[in-house]
Amino acid sequence: MAVVSRGFGARRRESDPRLPPGQYLTEDFPVLSAGPTPRIEQDEWRFGIRTEGGDAVSWTWDEFMALPIEDVHTDIHCVTRWSKLGTSWRGVSLDTLLDTVDTDAEYAMAHSYGGYTTNVPLEDLLGGKAWVAFEFEGEPLDPEHGGPARLLVPHLYFWKSAKWVRGLTLMADDEPGFWEQNGYNMHGDPWTEERYW
Amino acid sequence: MTVGGWRPGRVVEAISATRSARILRLEVPGWPGNDAGQHVDIRLTAEDGYQAVRSYSLGSYGASETVELAVDEIPDGEVSPYLVEDVLPGDELEVKGPLGGYFVWRPGGEAPVQLIAGGSGIVPMMAMVRAATDAGAAAAVRLLYSVRTPEDAIYRDELELRAGDGGVGLTWRYTRAAPDGWPDVVGRVDDELLRTAVWAPDRQPIVYVCGPTGFVEHVADALVGLGHASARIRTERFGGA
Repeated sequence: MAVVSRGFGARRRESDPRLPPGQYLTEDFPVLSAGPTPRIEQDEWRFGIRTEGGDAVSWTWDEFMALPIEDVHTDIHCVTRWSKLGTSWRGVSLDTLLDTVDTDAEYAMAHSYGGYTTNVPLEDLLGGKAWVAFEFEGEPLDPEHGGPARLLVPHLYFWKSAKWVRGLTLMADDEPGFWEQNGYNMHGDPWTEERYW
Repeated sequence: MTVGGWRPGRVVEAISATRSARILRLEVPGWPGNDAGQHVDIRLTAEDGYQAVRSYSLGSYGASETVELAVDEIPDGEVSPYLVEDVLPGDELEVKGPLGGYFVWRPGGEAPVQLIAGGSGIVPMMAMVRAATDAGAAAAVRLLYSVRTPEDAIYRDELELRAGDGGVGLTWRYTRAAPDGWPDVVGRVDDELLRTAVWAPDRQPIVYVCGPTGFVEHVADALVGLGHASARIRTERFGGA
């Protein structure tokens, strides 16, 4: 039985079935990151995938733009409890990208410019569930939101959607990334509140 | 690092800090203690079972079962107006934590230390100033605190006290209005100030920046431009409801 806080509740917000437990709606787009915003030009940007066997593939910006591009409409949920509904993105599906490599790996570590890392099970990246996104609401992605490109894994808490993404390393075994080493959950499902260890 | 479940907390003190902020001290039986810079989740439950949770930085550190928050009111917020205007000593809420293992400073940790706070971004910095002073490491710590006016400074008196002889290096930057006769520029933190009030890049300080998103973006970018290594700059931003 939760402790009741005397007099609380007068300013309560509307609830919405699209909100996972413990989340509240925000209209703006908060910025959360661990350090300064990296500034990466499109012509120096690369996205690469390295398999558990050491094979590697990578794309330049122009090569990336020649891949099939998808429109994505989705809700996003930050572990710090804000959620944003009905956001629009454009990007390349991880199905398209991972289709180019031969792997039996079950996990991926996403790596970012600036040194950030986060681990994601491969099954959470495949099946139309994840993208490398470079447009938000019809505009190029701002650097402070991860531009030129970020991972977009909207069914997990947003710290898994690594900003300034530059590649994936595929792994047979799970390993913690940056926030995971600092107390956050290895998986991060908002609907079961997988926030912390 | 394992975060425990929700612990009941009782408000033992509620002190007005500025026109819009209040310092709350909570007694949390079984609190395991926390490092300077960590935060907590606070859960409020209405009589009909409705709940809301928000995160707040801790101004306190160490092994006590009493923890301290300083909450700045967001006018159209749902939780902060309750904590700033309504809650009274004796009231109960729930606390989970401590949370966060990155934006922290521990005695014996890296030095020199540069703290740069905007507005209520001072709260985790206050915990670090207290920890460093208590550990005898204050001389290695500098704090640059940007606030709109002197009246908007949370922890003003304690900061002045801890910035005395051999204490923490303290620089105020007022962005709207300064005290009468204030000798320095009034305006936002700029490169000139970051050159003079911050440990130089060749001293390789570890730099903590906390405040509203726009402030942190601007300061962190400027620090990188002045030659500070990105990897030595840690940021914590807040915004939204």
